[in-house]
Amino acid sequence: MEKKLYSISAIYSTPNDIVAAAKAVKDAGYTKFDVHTPYPIHGLDGAMGLKETKLGFVTLFAGILGAVGMISFASWVAIVDYPQVIGGKPYWSWPAFVPVTYEIAVLLAVLLTVGAMIVFFFKFPNTSHPLHDTPYMKKVSADRFGVAIQAADEMFDEKKVRELLKSTGGEVEAIYYSEEFLIFKPQLFDPKFILLLIGVSLATSAGGYLYFNKVLYLPPFDWMVEQPRFDVQSRTDYFEDGHSMRLPVQGTVARGFIPYPYVLGAKADSIGKFLINPLLNSKVTLELGKKKYLTYCSPCHGNFGNGDSRLNGQFPNPPTLHSDKIRNWPDGAIFHTITVGQNVMPAYQYQISRDERWAVVKYVRTLQRAYNAKESDLR
Amino acid sequence: MSSTVLDYTKELPVIEGVPSAASLDETIVKPINDFPKRTWFIALAITSTMLLIGAVSVTWLLLKGVGIWGINQPVAWGFDVVNFVFWVGIGHAGTLISAILFLLRQKWRTGIARFAEAMTLFAVLCAVQFVLFHTGRPWLAMAWLFPYPNQHGVWVNFTSPLEWDVFAVNTYLTVSAVFWYVGLIPDFATLRDRASSTIKKTIYAVLSLGWRFSNRHWQHYERAYLIMAGFATPLVLSVHTIVSFDFAVSVIPGWHTTIFPPYFVAGAIFSGFAMVQNVLIVTRKAFKFEYLITMDTIEKMNKIMLVTGTMVGYAYMTEFFIAWYSGNLIEKFVFINRAFGPYWWAYWIMFTCNVVTPQLFWSKKIRTSLLASFILAIFVNIGMWFERFVIIVTSLSRDFLPSSWGMFYPTIWDFGMLIGSFGLFFTLVLLFVKFLPAISMAEIKAVVPGAQPSHSHNGNGASH
Repeated sequence: MEKKLYSISAIYSTPNDIVAAAKAVKDAGYTKFDVHTPYPIHGLDGAMGLKETKLGFVTLFAGILGAVGMISFASWVAIVDYPQVIGGKPYWSWPAFVPVTYEIAVLLAVLLTVGAMIVFFFKFPNTSHPLHDTPYMKKVSADRFGVAIQAADEMFDEKKVRELLKSTGGEVEAIYYSEEFLIFKPQLFDPKFILLLIGVSLATSAGGYLYFNKVLYLPPFDWMVEQPRFDVQSRTDYFEDGHSMRLPVQGTVARGFIPYPYVLGAKADSIGKFLINPLLNSKVTLELGKKKYLTYCSPCHGNFGNGDSRLNGQFPNPPTLHSDKIRNWPDGAIFHTITVGQNVMPAYQYQISRDERWAVVKYVRTLQRAYNAKESDLR
Repeated sequence: MSSTVLDYTKELPVIEGVPSAASLDETIVKPINDFPKRTWFIALAITSTMLLIGAVSVTWLLLKGVGIWGINQPVAWGFDVVNFVFWVGIGHAGTLISAILFLLRQKWRTGIARFAEAMTLFAVLCAVQFVLFHTGRPWLAMAWLFPYPNQHGVWVNFTSPLEWDVFAVNTYLTVSAVFWYVGLIPDFATLRDRASSTIKKTIYAVLSLGWRFSNRHWQHYERAYLIMAGFATPLVLSVHTIVSFDFAVSVIPGWHTTIFPPYFVAGAIFSGFAMVQNVLIVTRKAFKFEYLITMDTIEKMNKIMLVTGTMVGYAYMTEFFIAWYSGNLIEKFVFINRAFGPYWWAYWIMFTCNVVTPQLFWSKKIRTSLLASFILAIFVNIGMWFERFVIIVTSLSRDFLPSSWGMFYPTIWDFGMLIGSFGLFFTLVLLFVKFLPAISMAEIKAVVPGAQPSHSHNGNGASH
């Protein structure tokens, strides 16, 4: 294939020469030219007439993005999504978010600056430029300095350019390239590229699935699952009685539980004065009381408290709940009787919780009122 | 090459003699192109054996859990955290040299910056493995360390110093790696153009991203370098500050002090320079870099060690003074216990190596002696390892309640991991000096006498 002219270039051997040459090329009015030096040279930017780099704006943007993003994220976690009291501090303890915010700001600023520089400012990676692999490039990558004026420049005229470069004291040479060498146009919707993306995502998903669902359950990674322990209701030789389940230490009190201070045998009506029903009359309370009454009380006391259940005769009959004695008891006395029991009636405190017992008391009161309705209730 | 008088400072020349830029390339590239010497293979054999010891220790650790270490209540942080802080500290010299000294226009840094940056990366890798393995089940560490949306609806605790540590160390590792790579791009391009075989050429061409030494690129490149140096400078100070928060934010006597951040940072620079000095002296000798890494550079490194060592010594004294002056009985006890308790030997090894022997650097004769610099730098490394040991172990072993006191006895696996980390570090260093340019060619060419125009007035601020 035919080779095309890329540029006319010149090589210089001292930094002073290259600065002068760059200035001469700029003053002659060329715009599509470049200077190549093995290391940055002071004053060359001015000589080439380059504008100040805009890279700093990327950094500013990235830094602000990182800082604002991170502190917003940490605040959202702390206030909205996962509020936790840590060390007795308020949820939004923003001074403690400063270290992570700072680190993310620095991270984003550096990564985006370098990323933007490479991709947008340099248009890298690009390993197929006409200058690559030329004797010219090999000189400027070692210890020489070069100027290259592109053939694409509007003012380009090979003769004039050669004269200009020779007058500045450079060794002039022409750089040619063949077009096929440069053909590489990456496309977003290239089927191969899309296939690659699909492949990568499949591989990542499969890897993640295998790791989290299979590998972590293989030895030795499963040792927290397969640790030595006793399962419920299992046998052991470690304890004398052979039970692996142990009772709590005597006197242990469960969380949220208040031990009942009175015992069986105490006078129900005198204790009752000290116990106040904490529940208010409501539909919820009565429904609960009804449910518990029908479950635990009705087998003996009957569905309506008359002491006439179907077990009548098989046990000593319980007295009716509508007697004057019980109607005149304070609420607490009924509560006490349910809690610790009375005569053949067992204690129900282990089966019915405290609040449920109070609800039962409310329900019994309702039954009593229904059986002994007054004139005023009719109205 | 004209040998004009340097116009920018009255500093000594960065490199000795006035070699040509081409001969500089030749010297720096020689270790990469030549088949390595027998000594390199012997060194690699030793370090990879150490690495193997580490690999065995890690395998056993993964099979059995952290119970194989000597840690237990009350000393639940042992060699793992000691080694972590030690290696992170070593990692501070690199960024200090490449960023802070860059901003301060210390041109003598040029010969050692690349090297120190590489050591930073390797040291931080060594450090990261310890925190990873000390979590117990490192294969789940990702779930504990990083905030990511998960099926538990749980987030990490952004107010915890341990979480700050995750962010700080990872940011530091990433930024150091980027800084290092950006510095390497022009050198990869030079290697690409020097390469004779196609394979080498392809590899270097890919790594150089197609760099072509264009001044339109140098312009952005220099600005990016300046920006990165500007960001890395506070970053390097923040990393060890945050590491020190792991201790200072707790309530353990001997840890809960405000002096920790500056004290840790000074110690980190101190130990980092010592490690750079050690590796530097060997490399300089082995690869005949004598006129690139001058005696003047080594002397300046020694001076920095003298300064930071004295700062560390001052911090030791201040801790004792504050313990007494605070009137806090427990604080007072902890410090007396450090110096005269069961770990007195560790304290005095630390004190001798960090405060007493570096004072020898006041003598110019010792400061400019290679052998003395090498030995004293090794002492500093030993001393700084013991400093972390003393801080962590003595404070935990005897805190508030005498009934919960207990001693720490390291096991063979603790030492195995320590040896393994040294093996990893030095293996990476050996591979680095063989396969990558140990000195930045683009930077060193820029500071050769006569490398800049003789009458440059408005030089770019980010000059090398």
